[in-house]
Amino acid sequence: MSHDHDHDHDHDHDRDHDHDHDHDNHLDPMAARVRALETILTEKGLVDPAAIDAIVDTYQHKVGPRNGAKVVAKAWADPQFADWLKRDATAAIASLGFSGRQGEHMQAVFNTPNQHNLIVCTLCSCYPWSVLGLPPVWYKAPPYRSRAVADPRGVLEEFGLRLSDETRIRVWDSTAELRYLVVPMRPEGTDGMDEDRLAGLVTRDSMIGTALAGQPA
Amino acid sequence: MGFGPVAPEPNEPVFHGEWEKRALGVTLSCGAFGAWTIDESRHARESLHPADYYASSYYEIWIKALETLLERHGFVSAAERDAGRSLGDSATPKRVLKAADVAAVLAKGGPCDRSVATPARFGPGDRVRAKNIHPAGHTRLPRYARGKTGVIDAVREGFVFPDTNAHGRGENPQWVYTVLFDGRDIWGEGGDPTLSVSIDAWESYLEPA
Repeated sequence: MSHDHDHDHDHDHDRDHDHDHDHDNHLDPMAARVRALETILTEKGLVDPAAIDAIVDTYQHKVGPRNGAKVVAKAWADPQFADWLKRDATAAIASLGFSGRQGEHMQAVFNTPNQHNLIVCTLCSCYPWSVLGLPPVWYKAPPYRSRAVADPRGVLEEFGLRLSDETRIRVWDSTAELRYLVVPMRPEGTDGMDEDRLAGLVTRDSMIGTALAGQPA
Repeated sequence: MGFGPVAPEPNEPVFHGEWEKRALGVTLSCGAFGAWTIDESRHARESLHPADYYASSYYEIWIKALETLLERHGFVSAAERDAGRSLGDSATPKRVLKAADVAAVLAKGGPCDRSVATPARFGPGDRVRAKNIHPAGHTRLPRYARGKTGVIDAVREGFVFPDTNAHGRGENPQWVYTVLFDGRDIWGEGGDPTLSVSIDAWESYLEPA
């Protein structure tokens, strides 16, 4: 949405109506459409605007790729945890406090020197919300969804990642309710780093498979 | 290929505009009604006209599908959408999501694992073919895999079967398998020789090969 006139209201639902009307005339069609739905549903008592605020707050401030980075850093630092993560990712991840919606059935897939893993949902936009938050726009858009399974090397180059010709690529299409987290390889030169510093090297894209983990400064 | 390059956005914000926030919250709040399943939601989204689907951002797809679901289940009529206000009574949801319950509801999620009465038909290493089927309704068998032969990589769990659940015909849980295909078996001789692709497939999508 390149032309977004919708400002960040507090949603106190006590706004001046003349102003609101004038403002609505400048809403783009989707903003107007969503506002109409929320208004109707709220009038009917079917939706609590404060619940919407709480949902938004959760995914804007609480649930995001920092969760996944903690999982990966712990797997790098703690072989026992890594083993648990391989065997039962849902339980291992839940032990760090990350569970719930779109993370009910987790699988962790580990990159190796010989195999790079890449996650996609060709059918819709399945994504491990509990560890990565909401998916980026490109993950949900047709170019990535159609091409990740057919031409992953081409896709990775568009992310600036060129793998060696010998590296095998495994693409996991999230067609059921399993949600996948890539565990990237631990970068060289990170011996002795604690989990907090390690987590700082783990980007969102490295946990989707469109990047490698960052290099230490 | 058809859709052009992927366009990663550096430092992409979680939301692009206020309306996306409300779209997320309204969609999840209405999902909490308990009037439809995630499978019915997915089917409503993929049932948009293809030209509309491909021209829409994902939140737009969500909202267009939500309008369909709300109308189908008697919560918001087309006339009400046109009027922009409630015009009368509507169906009663099983639950209205309140702010105080959001954290617990999101933390609980919606697990779809169910016990299956029969043992798993396939085991790791078995060669299987994804059936060449073209269901009229919802399915989670991607077209590129249909008719292709692969190997059972893992036996997962019993999961709710979306093909029936999306249409109100019951959960009918089935075993789900991760099936691994050689990239060239899918994409042909021009395919990347280092590529393998896996899907997660319900048992009835598969036959022995």
